[in-house]
Amino acid sequence: MKEIVVISGKGGTGKTSITASFALLGGKNVVVADCDVDAADMHLLLQPDFKQAEDFYSGLLAHIDTDNCTNCAVCADVCRFDAIPVIDGQHTINEISCEGCSYCARVCPEKAIRMEERNVGQWFVSTTKIGSTLVHARLGIGAENSGKLVAKVKNEAKVIAEKNKAELVLVDGSPGVGCPVVSSLSGASYVVLVTEPTVSGLHDLKRVYELVHKFNISAGCIINKADLNPQMTDEIMDFMAGENIDHLANLPYDETFTKAVTQGKTIVEFDENGLRRILEDSWEKVKKESDKQRRGI
Amino acid sequence: MKIAVASGKGGTGKTTLATNLAAFLSERRRVVLIDLDVEEPNSGLFIKGQILKKEDKYKMIPEWSGECSLCGICQDVCEFHAVLRLGTQIMVFPELCHSCYACSELCPESALPMVPKKMGSIKQIQTDGFAFVESRLDIGEEQAVPLIAQTHKYIEANLKDEEIRIYDSPPGTSCPVIEATKTADFVILVTEPTPFGLHDLSLAVETMRELKKDFGVVINRFDLGNDDVPDYCEKEGIPVLARIPNDRHIAELYSQGKLIYKHVPQVETQLQAIEQFLEEKLNGGRS
Repeated sequence: MKEIVVISGKGGTGKTSITASFALLGGKNVVVADCDVDAADMHLLLQPDFKQAEDFYSGLLAHIDTDNCTNCAVCADVCRFDAIPVIDGQHTINEISCEGCSYCARVCPEKAIRMEERNVGQWFVSTTKIGSTLVHARLGIGAENSGKLVAKVKNEAKVIAEKNKAELVLVDGSPGVGCPVVSSLSGASYVVLVTEPTVSGLHDLKRVYELVHKFNISAGCIINKADLNPQMTDEIMDFMAGENIDHLANLPYDETFTKAVTQGKTIVEFDENGLRRILEDSWEKVKKESDKQRRGI
Repeated sequence: MKIAVASGKGGTGKTTLATNLAAFLSERRRVVLIDLDVEEPNSGLFIKGQILKKEDKYKMIPEWSGECSLCGICQDVCEFHAVLRLGTQIMVFPELCHSCYACSELCPESALPMVPKKMGSIKQIQTDGFAFVESRLDIGEEQAVPLIAQTHKYIEANLKDEEIRIYDSPPGTSCPVIEATKTADFVILVTEPTPFGLHDLSLAVETMRELKKDFGVVINRFDLGNDDVPDYCEKEGIPVLARIPNDRHIAELYSQGKLIYKHVPQVETQLQAIEQFLEEKLNGGRS
């Protein structure tokens, strides 16, 4: 089984639209994992049934038992996250600031602090509108540990893929270069980078590729809105050539992207301006290149 | 006044608005723009100026002194599996460490002193009109929050007196956004009128309500997509501060790293509307 991860560094480059198109082209052979748990949007295009939902617990949260608390302030003194303010004369846990390190609970002389598991969101296993499986999640507000929820979504997708003998797990990765992306990338057979020819597109592509490079995973790149700034597109192509990144496709600046999203559809469901054909070609290339990786060529 | 520019979804025009608004407001006021999107700091690409200061920023992690009774308390108290007793050694995994100090301070032999480890850097740049501070996380560092917290401290220490602070926040609704918007008096949520935009906006709105923040919305690429976003804002009683048109020319200027409002008069008009809104907020007192 192969694992293809689509990431972009920068938001708004068309990553989710392109991933959803690949999901449609891959059909039932592909298990999709929406690992952009912070802003999970894949369900808007694949229209899953939210068949199975489960709470996700990760990390800990401190609770002060006010009956036993003497307000001695030892907890607040050791807390490095300013998470134990005094409100109306009572030491109180600020749930958003608490990191769940348990230091306060360990040093409380009255044993008045207990640590509880923290519910950080929900994850779902769904059947999409084309009958394939989508594993997705929703992170709670201000929750920590989104990297762990990403890992959960990915692992569930892999388990299902093994069970159903699906060939591929297709991952919609998170933006940025922090812990959720690191989680998205671990174990990938091939990475698809989606970028756009803007100064920020190139800047973010370079940063996120540095991370991909650290993981030693081969990658291909799709330049979306390539005709917006041909000079910048050339610069991106030069960067790709220098780093040995496969060039998968250039997509035009095209409002079909928005039109499709507005109707809850993927781009390949529209046969306009040859976008479908370009995406079909890229999907074939992605499958071929990731196969090479698996066979160690 | 501290204004955070945020968005649930990435790529909606958060950085475009933050940089243009900073430049526009600085024509009449003292402004500092702070890029807190430390994972992908982009504001600096649109701003030219002279670097006044650069500081490396560190997080504190434990370092084993190399000698102890190997009692294992450090490993037991670490909730993040960042400290491990392995044979006759204590190993520390810096990327997992949350700098809570528990292992270091609860070690009966003081064998794990806390030492600094570089996680990123802060740059202060002076442009023609305003001060700009960029905060950048090193690749491989996973936690944005400690660096954002240190950037807030840097501003307090170095640029406390600027009349207006504009934060370019990270996207999303998780911990980095909360750290970035924590001290803001007002939050501008940038969105676009598509189902993605609406879905991620509603998450961002929930977050802002949870944090009890005063906030409003700017709709970018306004004439694209459908009316669901403006309808949602009306229903929820959320003020729409500005509507920025969808225009290939704007996208082209952005792709070249140029400020938009100096070339597109409609954008300047929208920035004026935002300024007026913020002014009324200021005069009406902060709620």
